[in-house]
Amino acid sequence: MSLGKSLPHDSAPLHVTGAARYLDDIPLPAGALHLAFGLSSCAHGRITALDLEAVRAAPGVVAVFSAEDWPDMPDCSPASQDEPLLAVETVHYSGQPVFLVVAETHLQARRAARLGKISYAELPALLTIDQALAANSRFESGPVIWAKGDAARAIAAAPHQIEGSFEVGGQEHFYLEGQIAAAIPLEDGMHVLSSTQHPSEIQHKVAHALHLNMADVRVETRRMGGGFGGKESQGNALAIACAMAAKATGRACKMRYDRDDDMIITGKRHDLRIGYRAGVDASGRILGVAFTHLIRCGWAQDLSLAVADRAMLHADNCYHLPDIRIESHRLKTNTQSATAYRGFGGPQGLIGIERVMDHAAFVLGIEPLALRRQNFYREREAAVEASGGDILAKMKAETTPYFMEVEDFIGHDLTAKLEALSGYQARRQAVADWNAASPILKRGLALVPVKFGISFTLTWLNQAGALVHVYQDGSIHLNHGGTEMGQGLNQKIAQVAASVFGVGMEAVKITATDTGKVPNTSATAASSGSDMNGMAAQQACETIRDRMAAFLAGKHGVEPASVRFADGVVRVAGEVFGFAQVAAWAYQARISLSSTGFYATPKITWDRLRGRGRPFLYFAYGAAVAEVVIDTLTGENRILRADILHDTGSSMNPALDIGQIEGAFVQGAGWLTTEELVWDAKGGLLTHAPSTYKIPACSDRPAVFNVSLYDQPNREDTVGKSKAVGEPPFNLGIAVFYALSDAIAACGDASRYPDLDAPATPERILAAVQKQRHV
Amino acid sequence: MTEVAFLLNGTPLRLEGQPPTRTLLDFLRETKALNGTKEGCNEGDCGACTVMVTDENGPRALNACILFLPQLHGKAVRTVEGLAAPNGTPHPVQSAMVDHHGSQCGFCTPGFIVSMAVAHATGRTDHDTVLAGNLCRCTGYAPIIRAAQAAETRPIPAQMTQDAFILAQISSEGSGEADSLPAPQVTGAYCPDNSDDFASWYLQNPDATLIAGATDVGLWVTKGLRDLPKPVFLGQMRDLQQIERGGGQIHIGAGVTIATLRSTLQHSHPSFAELLRRYASEQVRNAATIGGNIANGSPIGDAPPALIAMGATLHLRCGDDLRTLPLEDFFLAYRKQDRKASEFVAGISIPEAVPALRCYKLSKRFDQDISAVLGAFNLTCAEGQITAARVAFGGMAGTPKRASGFEAALIGQSWSLESITAALPALADDFQPLSDMRASAGYRLQAAQNLALRYFHDLNGTPVSVLEVAP
Repeated sequence: MSLGKSLPHDSAPLHVTGAARYLDDIPLPAGALHLAFGLSSCAHGRITALDLEAVRAAPGVVAVFSAEDWPDMPDCSPASQDEPLLAVETVHYSGQPVFLVVAETHLQARRAARLGKISYAELPALLTIDQALAANSRFESGPVIWAKGDAARAIAAAPHQIEGSFEVGGQEHFYLEGQIAAAIPLEDGMHVLSSTQHPSEIQHKVAHALHLNMADVRVETRRMGGGFGGKESQGNALAIACAMAAKATGRACKMRYDRDDDMIITGKRHDLRIGYRAGVDASGRILGVAFTHLIRCGWAQDLSLAVADRAMLHADNCYHLPDIRIESHRLKTNTQSATAYRGFGGPQGLIGIERVMDHAAFVLGIEPLALRRQNFYREREAAVEASGGDILAKMKAETTPYFMEVEDFIGHDLTAKLEALSGYQARRQAVADWNAASPILKRGLALVPVKFGISFTLTWLNQAGALVHVYQDGSIHLNHGGTEMGQGLNQKIAQVAASVFGVGMEAVKITATDTGKVPNTSATAASSGSDMNGMAAQQACETIRDRMAAFLAGKHGVEPASVRFADGVVRVAGEVFGFAQVAAWAYQARISLSSTGFYATPKITWDRLRGRGRPFLYFAYGAAVAEVVIDTLTGENRILRADILHDTGSSMNPALDIGQIEGAFVQGAGWLTTEELVWDAKGGLLTHAPSTYKIPACSDRPAVFNVSLYDQPNREDTVGKSKAVGEPPFNLGIAVFYALSDAIAACGDASRYPDLDAPATPERILAAVQKQRHV
Repeated sequence: MTEVAFLLNGTPLRLEGQPPTRTLLDFLRETKALNGTKEGCNEGDCGACTVMVTDENGPRALNACILFLPQLHGKAVRTVEGLAAPNGTPHPVQSAMVDHHGSQCGFCTPGFIVSMAVAHATGRTDHDTVLAGNLCRCTGYAPIIRAAQAAETRPIPAQMTQDAFILAQISSEGSGEADSLPAPQVTGAYCPDNSDDFASWYLQNPDATLIAGATDVGLWVTKGLRDLPKPVFLGQMRDLQQIERGGGQIHIGAGVTIATLRSTLQHSHPSFAELLRRYASEQVRNAATIGGNIANGSPIGDAPPALIAMGATLHLRCGDDLRTLPLEDFFLAYRKQDRKASEFVAGISIPEAVPALRCYKLSKRFDQDISAVLGAFNLTCAEGQITAARVAFGGMAGTPKRASGFEAALIGQSWSLESITAALPALADDFQPLSDMRASAGYRLQAAQNLALRYFHDLNGTPVSVLEVAP
């Protein structure tokens, strides 16, 4: 059985030899053209003149398009028709595409795109949270407010009150393969190749732009060189541009953003300011808490409402908060349109409640892990046991701020195990001792638990399809709606298929994601790829296997259920046949060896306006202990060690899951430390290349890095009882932020809780240290 | 007429009619359909385009995106496609990366594989340093390091030494000299093979664009999309690549790479060598030259502030005229140097040892980042008194610059935390730094002052470096 094995990524042998083909490596038909956008250098303004003479005259230029060429300007938005492909009359951010160059080569297109002369009548640009708030510039009419209980009363009545506010920066995806698409005009429609997490969305948007039916557009995605949410909607513009240019010229067209263009044009993780106020009792119990999320969404809506919702949905993390109020402002600014990024707002919500826990522990002088435990959700089994098996206690699971029962909480057990594995308590003492003897360098240690909800909050997206063929030689052709961006989704699903048929992995052929094979797919996002597509593929495989079993059982006069598929053979009535032999017989017997499969996530209901329901099928859990050291003279810092215990249910592939966890932790730590986005006073992004935007490098990973899987089956009926793993461990990086805060707290006279903003660059750390020392 | 000749994955190539500023990356991908080498940033910061280039000094990793074709003349290039044995047996680092799950999306992987294969061939096991120029967004690096460690003890496959062997054969077929291959003849470019020829040519062509490692000029092309007037490729001038010792000084030719400088000075100038370890990345250090770093005139520069603190002497040449000056006098104002038309940096001399020198680089990320502040301190003490001071900073002004007021405030004072603290206000008079995306003016000044305190603690044996804290 392949499921549960630590097999390497299916493409690993191709990755290491350079043979894995990404979109830019695929040869296009002769005469293919190349595209580049001319960009706005103004954050907000009316276009008063657009002089494209020099662009048209540049070497190799075949065509140039702007708003006046396309009165029916295609829209790129995944949500609300507010993203014209090219600016129409007004530019809304610095970096917005204004015109499109079509040229013989990539370099010619890039060169020509710089020759456009755009004149603007500048309009007031809202760049910051404060500017947007002052102008009441927002999506939706006002803040979204969800409340449970009476937070204000509970806070006021509590023996201790804490409050604060901090900034959390955005994050550039920095997928190593930049955005890219190609369109090939065919007699029966448009064939689009796209590096996208969402081929059906590309299909939909291209069809809309070209006034074609979706059936006229076929979108194919073999693999992406990284996605992280950045290819959920941000690839739309390139695919649409290619399709429009291909239609206009009759030639294949390809568009690939140069890295700087990519970073200047595309959206990033939402940055925000989190305000909090909480009431705490002497034991550390949070009696009431109120959050304000001020979220900078950028110029267009994109996925911001759902991202901001998910931030609210993770404002509780692992803690039962009976009286809570969350106010979420989705601010519209003249900056890149913030978009999906691994965690999709969840990390932004989670970091807020962790601040409350940390702050309360500091003020009350309670060990932070002990205080966190005080506030954990009850574990259901433990609650049942405590009540002597009382069925009512079992039914009364505690509920989240959005009234979902937390049935599967494992935080107590998981953190207890990690506490022991990591030697947490002894190390807290060791850190304190070390700090007492070290005047300049200070260590910090923090344990942060994670609970992350799995399912799309837009309920209808929780569906997936698959298409499986078994050929008469026993080989299996596997298609599903998910896309491969490095997470090993294809391998996991191939493991599902191989397990159902009881064959070796070599029998299963993984293919490109293709809208012509599996229709109406959801984005590979929300960590749902293997959950949903795995179930769909499993169903398709089981349908075929059951037909084969019924056929064989009929032939041997036994029950179909007695037919066994394992070890590459089929066992029936005491006889053993090769799987290929059975496939050949089934074919000759005119048995259909092809099937679709379909999955719709059960149990979920969600009313986002009221903030009530069960938006998630289940939660994935984890916890991390991070130890850091800071230099109190410069703010320089290092992650010394990280210990992680993470819940992937019964892992479909432990090696791939550990890879996701390690990578997510480092990416999460990067978000909160070295990765800083800086804009100039006019709204121009200054950090638009790896020279200025610093994702973690090799030596930034923790020097000691221990990752273990919790390894308990999912309570819910998921494929192989596994749990989703893409996003949840990203949140583990938050432990680094609070470890840094802990190190800062070791400076000065401990009279105040550290005032640390994210990303905790050396500059921000030094500033926090200085405040601590009352400098 | 053959213009540029090099080996590509073991096969000799003779190119004609290639534009002199065509990058190797574009050539590989667009002309040779060798698509394993990837474009991740096109500016030498991500390493997805890393290739192995072998010459008489052995193999090294370079970024193909900022490597112009004429720079490869007489060398051997091996891409990710050329690392497996002819029978398809994978290179040990390729197998190890599969076994240890070192690839996820795979886009950065070819670059990592090449960097790892070069390190494997040269016996390097300082993986964090070797791989600092390869960015991975998926794995968190841990499995990549596990793979690199696992491959350490595996034998070097024959194809990895073949390039050096073929190059040696080619040169023995010629005059027997290592550099017997005639200099490349590139239409629209000049490729001198000695500095005398170049000096006289430069007199006639003062508007030429000088290209050594191309780690900065490369970006003028790939990012600035500029046409370079009269490109001159300096890499064939062996006489500018010498390091000589004499008269208590080390004389370093302008064409010496940062990588060579680092390994040469590892023991004699440990703090400077450690600074050079954090200078850009392995791939960039393998290409960039000390002459280019100085002539470039960057306000930060990494090496120049340290060289100034050492008391380095710069050697300039114009035609047959040579002149020397203290390095600090070379930098006049932002991007403006004391360099006449047709004058070029020929070399630099530094003292053989500078025991009190400490170089401190502050950046958002430790490896492969540009300094927000670079402080270099070199105080001389006698009987508890500061008798001489050379302190220079990068990132604090329009040029790398000495902290003259601060130095003056120190001289004659006792070697104590109190006297250094008392001198700190002078630093605020010496420098009025700017705010930019790397740091604010306030942080720069505060951190510069704190670095002075660090220097005191450091020399007194108090731990001051987070890099030296064991987990």
